[in-house]
Amino acid sequence: MNEYRLEVRITPRAGLLDPQGKAIQNALRSLDFETVRDVRVGRLLRLQLAAESDVDARAKAEDMCRRLLANPVTEDFDIRLDGGI
Amino acid sequence: MRVAIITFPGSNCDYDCYKAVTDVLGGEARFIWHRETELGPCDLVILPGGFSYGDYLRAGAIARFSPILAAVQQFAADGGYVLGVCNGFQVLCEAGMLPGALVRNRSLQFQGERVRVRVENADTAFTRVYHSGQVVRLHIAHGLGAYVADAPTLDRLEADARVVFRYVDERGAASDAGNANGSMRNIAGIINETGNVLGLMPHPERSVEALLGSTDGLGLFESLRRAAEGTVGVAQAVGRPDWEAGV
Repeated sequence: MNEYRLEVRITPRAGLLDPQGKAIQNALRSLDFETVRDVRVGRLLRLQLAAESDVDARAKAEDMCRRLLANPVTEDFDIRLDGGI
Repeated sequence: MRVAIITFPGSNCDYDCYKAVTDVLGGEARFIWHRETELGPCDLVILPGGFSYGDYLRAGAIARFSPILAAVQQFAADGGYVLGVCNGFQVLCEAGMLPGALVRNRSLQFQGERVRVRVENADTAFTRVYHSGQVVRLHIAHGLGAYVADAPTLDRLEADARVVFRYVDERGAASDAGNANGSMRNIAGIINETGNVLGLMPHPERSVEALLGSTDGLGLFESLRRAAEGTVGVAQAVGRPDWEAGV
């Protein structure tokens, strides 16, 4: 078993209204960042875990996302492996 | 009526439910700590409002894995009545006992106010003493109460008359202005396919005595009492509920 670091990014599903993102977009506009087209607010989780391999580490994180970390009705997730420690 | 009220760390409407069931309805109620694994004999399980686990991750996401939930799921599978109010509704959705999810209010604010809710389906064990189309005033108290689901799920809920409560305006119309929190199709409460699990964001337990400013929520508990005691009559679905007329 090796130690792995992963980043799990959870974002509101495309097409779903994100009022928080919209409010931030409006605030940015009021600061003259008029070119901001869209803002979506999500969560970033940094995981440190033991796994057999890169593939195993990613599979474990995917299982966690499906069972707890993300809600499939409202959220998408994306897993990035930072490599072995 | 024997009622089991589940208390999670962070529940804060469990005592309101207890009072509604015992003092107002004359039923029996007891609290069950979320670490328990058995419900004991009961006719109804209430998942109360509050902020279980501080709403960490997502509202209801962690409570859904509390040990007692397995017993609640089994109870529901056996046909037992389960009522989820506010955070309880969020837990039911996270647990997959009801479809969809509750996300941040359109206003981005925590909203504590009295709103108008229309009873869309009075032919359920939870709403039988109301009549379909009746508008009641209930309190909401939530920041994460906007109901969302994909279009096929929403269509199926509508087709099966499983949207039980909808937010409406002062004319009783499910308009955008009457949509308290930005819920899709103004949905305030839904029921499962077998008609024994209901979740809603408004708090019926806060409107059960004149002292509280309204008795509009009592009909839900009264309906369940009748369902539990097997005294449900068709006539009760028609006209003004008799508890409202003071009978």
